[in-house]
Amino acid sequence: MANTATVSTGASNAWAGGKKPFKASYGKLMMWFFLMSDAFTFSSLLVVYGLIRFSSSVPWADPEKVFTHFPIITETFHLHPPLAFVGLMTFILIASSVTMVLAVEAGHRMDRKAVEKYMLWTILGGLAFVSCQAYEWYNFIVGGHPSMREFWDGGLEQWVTGMYQGASLTVNEYCENPDFANLFFFITGFHGSHVFSGVVINFIIYLNVRKGTYDKRGHYEMVEKVGLYWHFVDLVWVFVFTFFYLV
Amino acid sequence: MSDKSHAVHLDGGHSTEDGHYHGKAWLEEHGHHEESFLTKYIFSQDHKVIAKQFMFTGIAWAIIGIIMSLLFRLQLAFPTTPFPILESFLGDWAKDGVMDPNFYLALVTMHGTIMVFFLLTAGLSGTFSNFLIPLQVGARDMASGFMNMLSFWFFAASSVIMFISIFVPTGPAGGGWTVYPPLSALEQANPGSGIGMDLWLSSMALFIVSSLLGAINYITTVLNLRTKGLSMTRLPLSIWAFFLTAIIGTLSFPVLFAAALLLLMDRNLGTSFYLSDIYIDGQVLPHEGGSAVLFQHLFWFLGHPEVYIVLLPALGITSEIVSTMSRKPIFGYRAMIGSMLAIAILSFIVWAHHMFVTGMNPFLGTVFMLLTLIIAVPSAVKAFNYITTLWQGNIKFSPAMLFSIGLVSLFISGGITGIMLGNAAIDIPLHDTYFVVAHFHLVMGSASAFGFFAGVYHWFPKMFGKMMDSKLGSLHFWITFASVYMVFFPMHFQGLGGVPRRYYSFTTFDFTEGFIDLNLFITAAAFMGAVGQVLFLYNLITSIRKGKTAPANPWGSNTLEWTTPIHPGHGNWEGDIPTVYRWPYDYSKPGIKRDYLPMNVPDDDPEWFEGVPMPEAIPDKRKTEAPINIEIQE
Repeated sequence: MANTATVSTGASNAWAGGKKPFKASYGKLMMWFFLMSDAFTFSSLLVVYGLIRFSSSVPWADPEKVFTHFPIITETFHLHPPLAFVGLMTFILIASSVTMVLAVEAGHRMDRKAVEKYMLWTILGGLAFVSCQAYEWYNFIVGGHPSMREFWDGGLEQWVTGMYQGASLTVNEYCENPDFANLFFFITGFHGSHVFSGVVINFIIYLNVRKGTYDKRGHYEMVEKVGLYWHFVDLVWVFVFTFFYLV
Repeated sequence: MSDKSHAVHLDGGHSTEDGHYHGKAWLEEHGHHEESFLTKYIFSQDHKVIAKQFMFTGIAWAIIGIIMSLLFRLQLAFPTTPFPILESFLGDWAKDGVMDPNFYLALVTMHGTIMVFFLLTAGLSGTFSNFLIPLQVGARDMASGFMNMLSFWFFAASSVIMFISIFVPTGPAGGGWTVYPPLSALEQANPGSGIGMDLWLSSMALFIVSSLLGAINYITTVLNLRTKGLSMTRLPLSIWAFFLTAIIGTLSFPVLFAAALLLLMDRNLGTSFYLSDIYIDGQVLPHEGGSAVLFQHLFWFLGHPEVYIVLLPALGITSEIVSTMSRKPIFGYRAMIGSMLAIAILSFIVWAHHMFVTGMNPFLGTVFMLLTLIIAVPSAVKAFNYITTLWQGNIKFSPAMLFSIGLVSLFISGGITGIMLGNAAIDIPLHDTYFVVAHFHLVMGSASAFGFFAGVYHWFPKMFGKMMDSKLGSLHFWITFASVYMVFFPMHFQGLGGVPRRYYSFTTFDFTEGFIDLNLFITAAAFMGAVGQVLFLYNLITSIRKGKTAPANPWGSNTLEWTTPIHPGHGNWEGDIPTVYRWPYDYSKPGIKRDYLPMNVPDDDPEWFEGVPMPEAIPDKRKTEAPINIEIQE
């Protein structure tokens, strides 16, 4: 009887039912499908960016002239290194991905202390990134970049009556097309809210790790799941960074 | 034995989830504890209760949607006649009994939104994916009951917001269900573009969250929680349909989410994503640089797959019912899976056929036209497979079967006009006319609604443990079927005559006046159809309250849901979950004592088999026939 069952159900096949074909728990699969869905949201936003940028009838702003503010260095030495600050931000975020990998790895070893340590570093990295982004936004909004001086003195004088400084959702000093600032605010903001929610989720998981929830459960899969989310958010940043700062 | 221990080893590493979901441990944990009214009926995590919640919410929306359609049909049939009674219901929207044109626009917009999203997406998929996936794959519940509950309550929140939007002073959204900017982006454009539009967008954002929570649950349940022996190629076609629907939803709704957020920004924060060079009353607006066509791309990237999100579950339900009630195996099981896969993939790369008149490059139009026409192939495979399943079947005309056959009929007659509209050259004159209205109401609207009815009639015994009145059901079918064709068939001629959709009355232009009589006929048919739906409601309610008690397997069906108790508790099966030994379509199989053979009957069960066990009884034709053919050729 049992023998017949084994034969007719084809128990050796991972897809034959009664098994997890990807050897992954339902929670992990759900995270993957959620990320796939979220990837489509971000992709469509970046498609919007590309379409608006390349159909723009006026020249797009040059990021190397826009994003030149670096704290302390700019204030003390009056230097304006292009894209240096965003480079630092990006480095911090990617470093936080590395610490997340280490946390997941420590989870496999059931090493609670190490998981705690690396989760904490990841959370700090995330917070640092969000703070840097707030600072970046601040400079973007306040404007008045010396590197824009040349730009103002050029053909745009009539348009920027009274030397408009900075950026809002309707007008900005960097580009005649308001969508340059609109897209920057919306897409980096959307990404930033993902990072922020990631920090919150990581913090909840960190508390659970400290409480020993996963030691009791016998595995640290939750750390792995939030790790997936965190890596995804980092990956998205690579694209956002490329589109807004490099291209 | 070694196989078994190997399997345990594979699963054992991570969690005891298998034990959690498949064993009796699950029941001990979830099944028998005392539940309050709140956890049992309101915040339930039982997929069967959640399915009913979706069903009743969907039906409530359908009633609202139908009443709206009756109101605007009344306006179209009697464009200048005042109906004083309307004023007492609608107040300022119908001063002196004559409908306000803006209210007419709001009505058609909300009718479309409600029917497409709230009835045919949430109501259809939410009901039957929830109800049938765990029952038919042999699972205790969805992978995550909690997220499933959240999915319903996000839908409920979205419903409440949409419902509130009907009652705001400026009226609900009025820019068409496709909410194209700039009409939907500028408050000055139309009263419905006021707060009603913001509520519409917020409601849809919550709706998308609900849809996502539901869809990832459906996908993972189908992948991970199939019972032993239920391989993907033994899944009932209904499950395949729900599975693919969920995948389509997961990948297309997020794009609408992005589009809706950007539109909210344009409306409220002064951005210019969709707006550029707009003059209102001679004043140029500050918006610069955006593109209205961009919104159409984003919208239809959801909008077209949405058609299949609506239709595929109905087709899956039909596959089950047509096979069961013809007492025949479904014809071309793998072709059915293949064609659904093809439809699912193609649905993502044809969206611009909704935009042939946006001034797109004719070459691009040709590409989208070709891809669109390819969809006719898998669709035709499905239609022919339904017909060949019926062919020489021992057909039982239950109400569910009638609605399934009706669906096939509507799918064909609406699909053929789809081939016409898919041609860019034909679409340009027919675009935005009643021909389009006729096309999508037949192929997507009515066909999917028929799928919903078929599903309710067929699985009512499992949902409520009672039988519905089949005479009333048949009457409901014939009235609905006749009225659907009487309403939508004449619209083809209106469309060919050039009548644009969304017109408040046909009296303004000479060329539309010839169709006023026809409008009267259509309206009469629409009212007749609405009366038919009252029969359905009456049947539903009285059958729930005092219907005949259902037998365990009223239709002689093979699928696993009928192996549960008549009133399954949370956890579905009282003992162990069933093991599956075959596909679900062994109807009228030779060598079997009955004309059906449930999936969970072992191959040597003397209760079912006469003599020899199955695998050897029927030789594989492909193996024996090939040499014979060669001999004949020689």
